[in-house]
Amino acid sequence: MKYSALSIFRQALSGNRGWTPAWRESEPKSHYDVIIVGGGGHGLATAYYLAKNHGITNVAVLEKGYLGSGNVGRNTTIVRANYLLEGNEPFFAQSLKLWEGLEQELNFNAMMSQRGVINLYHSDGQRDAYARRGNAMRLAGEDAELLNREQVRALVPYLDFDNARFPVHGGLMQRRGGTARHDGVAWGYARAADSRGVDLIQNCEVTGIRREGGRVTGVETSRGFIGCNKLGLAAAGNSSRVAEMAGMRLPIESQVLQAFVSEGIKPFVDQVVTFGAALFYLSQSDKGGLVFGGSLDFYNSYAQRGNLQTVENVMEAACAMVPAVSRVKVLRAWGGVMDMSMDGSPIIDHTPVDNLYLNCGWCYGGFKATPASGWCFAHLLATGETHELAKAFRLDRFSRGYQIDETGHGAQANLH
Amino acid sequence: MASLIRCPHCGMRPKEEFSIRGDASPVRPKPEAKFAAWDDYLHSRDNVRGVMHEHWQHVGGCRRWLVVERDTFTHEVHSVVDAADYARARAVKPSKVKPKGKTATAAKGRAKS
Ligand SMILES: Cc1cc2nc3c(=O)[nH]c(=O)nc-3n(C[C@H](O)[C@H](O)[C@H](O)COP(=O)(O)OP(=O)(O)OC[C@H]3O[C@@H](n4cnc5c(N)ncnc54)[C@H](O)[C@@H]3O)c2cc1C
Ligand SMILES: [Zn+2]
Repeated sequence: MKYSALSIFRQALSGNRGWTPAWRESEPKSHYDVIIVGGGGHGLATAYYLAKNHGITNVAVLEKGYLGSGNVGRNTTIVRANYLLEGNEPFFAQSLKLWEGLEQELNFNAMMSQRGVINLYHSDGQRDAYARRGNAMRLAGEDAELLNREQVRALVPYLDFDNARFPVHGGLMQRRGGTARHDGVAWGYARAADSRGVDLIQNCEVTGIRREGGRVTGVETSRGFIGCNKLGLAAAGNSSRVAEMAGMRLPIESQVLQAFVSEGIKPFVDQVVTFGAALFYLSQSDKGGLVFGGSLDFYNSYAQRGNLQTVENVMEAACAMVPAVSRVKVLRAWGGVMDMSMDGSPIIDHTPVDNLYLNCGWCYGGFKATPASGWCFAHLLATGETHELAKAFRLDRFSRGYQIDETGHGAQANLH
Repeated sequence: MASLIRCPHCGMRPKEEFSIRGDASPVRPKPEAKFAAWDDYLHSRDNVRGVMHEHWQHVGGCRRWLVVERDTFTHEVHSVVDAADYARARAVKPSKVKPKGKTATAAKGRAKS
């Protein structure tokens, strides 16, 4: 069923009784050309592009919970392409371009909103760093503008500009950045993949990877054995556990990141604004809730919930950046398990096992990557060749010394 | 998770006083060790879902390095020992993960968040 204004009118006239489910309830077949483990944004996008770009439709996405129960439905929805390093920026730039046409492509309203992303700076040194970052973005063909204090004030008047410790000196603006409804993205890809013949199999946990003669022959699941020619792992926070089933140890630590939503208030925050003095970022959803988050809890965790200490930190940062929010009530908070890589950048690559492919290491920034990640992972699965845009995201870059370390923190997962 | 951690030197203290380094199980190779050993030490992780030993530093207290034994799924804290005791116990018996020495167990009931 194609969604359109006309279909809404038609359905309204017939009492909304004609809507059909957005995707089929698939039963696992005994064998697939490609199996993807993980029904998050990346797994679903990969399945969609396998079908759309490569004509491979005998594909299953296996999800242990329900589609979108992982990080794709837990993130703070920010979409941007403001990376510094060569290995990263062209990939995220292409991802942003795919976002711009995504809703038409998927025939699904993902509420993509290019409201602009502003990173505040609070010192001369930070301004220099952002000027450099903005130049790197422009060299990669992206938009970036260095705003001074008055230009920021015109856009974001409610900041604590004269904060004694962290006065706002200006910001780096990417106007094409913004937000998208996270679960809408999962549903949109799911529906579009399903309509091209991909089987989406929920409540199906992969518990083992069967191998013969160095090749994967299929996966053991909570719903029985399913055979495949190629296996792609896109299990985000659980990547280490799934890779272990094939005897691999990854450069990944799982850590928890929290997010928060306030009660609905009138339109107040027009862009995405990030604090430069502490890890904190803020936007406002279309329902009026302020959506915000901060840093990791810093310890390894597979629990989708965090610690009060981080909650307190985030609230303090919020009040330091925007004193007016001190009277807004927080309604909801939750956590997601991040696949933190040892350099803070992702992995899309072959593995030492012949027909096993890996997609992980997205840290707290993989939502924006969803379209390009699916695009490149599908390319790798279909052709066996690394996509041009993902050529820096190799698994062996750590041992070769080609880390992509945006923050310069070294091999310390909780600092990226 | 526990909002209070029992430092073996300072007693029960708020979690904010500690900073977290991470997995305590990788053992630093000898300087002359092969490249692969260094690569593995720096980059590869077991990333266990379950009981794990972590290096924490009591920066807001005695400033000693500690090893916190914690469950990464339930967030329960099982024990906290001084890192030197942990290293000594490990040197004596490498396979033994639970070192002797000063052990402090988080108070029951406070252990879960
Ligand atoms: C609080 C928070 C805020 C964030 N904010 C942003 C942001 O603003 N911008 C941004 O770009 N990124 C953000 N991120 C990061 C982003 O959400 C993730 O990097 C991205 O969603 C990960 O890819 P995914 O969607 O495929 O993961 P997921 O949705 O987690 O998908 C992985 C799936 O694999 C399934 N799975 C795991 N093990 C198995 C198994 N054995 N068998 C079957 N299925 C399995 C899981 O159930 C899960 O559904 C944030 C994350 C969090 C938690
Ligand atoms: Zn102490």
